Amino acid sequence: MSINDAMVCRCSDVSLKELRDLINEGYHTFEEIKRITRIGMGPCQGKTCGNIVLRELSMATGKDFNELNMQSNRPPVVGVKLSLIAEEAGRDEL
Amino acid sequence: MSYSADVVIIGAGISGCSIAYNLAIKGITNIIVVDKSYIASGATGRCGAGVRMQWGTKMNCLLAKQSIEFYENANEILEYDRDVTFYQGGYLLLATTEKEISQFQENVKLQNSLGIPSKMVSVKEAKEIVPHLNKDILLGAAFCQKDGFLDPFLTTDAYYKAAKRLGVKFLTYTEVHGIIINNNKIEKVVTDKGDIWTDKVVNAAGGYSKKICDMVAIDIPVYSDRHQILVTEPIEHVQGPMVISFSLNLYCQQNPKGPFIMGRGDDKEPRDLRITSSWEFLEDMAKTIKNVLPPVANLRVVRQWAGLYNMTPDKQPIYGKVEEIDGFYLAVGYSGHGFMFGPLTGVIIAEMISGVKPTVDVSLLGLNRFKEGNLILEPSVV
Repeated sequence: MSINDAMVCRCSDVSLKELRDLINEGYHTFEEIKRITRIGMGPCQGKTCGNIVLRELSMATGKDFNELNMQSNRPPVVGVKLSLIAEEAGRDEL
Repeated sequence: MSYSADVVIIGAGISGCSIAYNLAIKGITNIIVVDKSYIASGATGRCGAGVRMQWGTKMNCLLAKQSIEFYENANEILEYDRDVTFYQGGYLLLATTEKEISQFQENVKLQNSLGIPSKMVSVKEAKEIVPHLNKDILLGAAFCQKDGFLDPFLTTDAYYKAAKRLGVKFLTYTEVHGIIINNNKIEKVVTDKGDIWTDKVVNAAGGYSKKICDMVAIDIPVYSDRHQILVTEPIEHVQGPMVISFSLNLYCQQNPKGPFIMGRGDDKEPRDLRITSSWEFLEDMAKTIKNVLPPVANLRVVRQWAGLYNMTPDKQPIYGKVEEIDGFYLAVGYSGHGFMFGPLTGVIIAEMISGVKPTVDVSLLGLNRFKEGNLILEPSVV
């Protein structure tokens, strides 16, 4: 197994090779890479893949890691069942 | 930095990218597409990913039908190296009132006359199409198998890549600050990355279309409305069609990859271009989905987000030239269905710019219709 087969995103099954290929094609922000591969859109919300993506971008573009942006944070922080939200939302109506 | 182009397109969503591609295949390749962010960063990339032919006005039906027919072959035509993920699982439109039944009957008659294979279905048939549907909430439904799901990012990427191969230049992360007009003619577009000399501009700015028109003092009757969406964890495929209800303000579809996407609008939204997410939406949507598709409520919400519908008074797009300025074209006001119309938008605007007779006569969709006041209202928007 080569390092390229390593999984960067376990939620959406994205390998290091796919990530590097996209960066080589010119997709140079987390947001753009996310929209093509769905990286960072799964249940972990980028907590696993985020730093790896930014490190790869930093190495490829020469930009400092700290200048690169992580994706937008989307609520909720962790997955919540819709039925629980519905129940809680209806509590005042009882 | 200074550029020059035969046409400048403002907005790199589905409309802008499709217009650029269609101009380029006509041989007009000296084009610059400008976007303040990245490709499909606005309304296109935030939309519900559904496409349907089931509309209530002749124009919307025609635009949607021909666009979906293009999408059926988009991977091949655009020579895309990925997959736009088109899945024709249909749209099931729930009728919850007698009024909706008669509206849908009227719509189906119009759709059938234009070659759209939609039909009315009974509650029992609706339940066969979507077994987990709560049958107590509906009186009947309309269904069209040709409607479906399409990945907005990848579809726009497919147009973008095809246009780029033909020589179109894209300036992303570039914001338009002004458009200089001289004697009713366009002189240049001013951006934060330099000026672009041109005599033709297409406003395909989606939620920001009015801001662009304000730069050239053209008043368009549009406003942008925040619509919110959420997506759940993925499960095995159990729901073929998009389920829509206008009266319950809901659309819900299972992405072919497994997650459910559901969204709605709110008439009381502030019209200030905000695209933040709200807690109220999450609660209201959870209650609605528990009522309409009860088992779906057992899934976890993974993310929620929002985007802008660019609304017109009759909920149909505005296409074409404006009278006051030579070379200024509008491709705006899709009222929440710009992604569905993307292919035809590109064809029509490219034909107008190159002086060819349009494939679909869209003279009814010019800006003038609002002055003349004879509007045909689209009844089927959620």
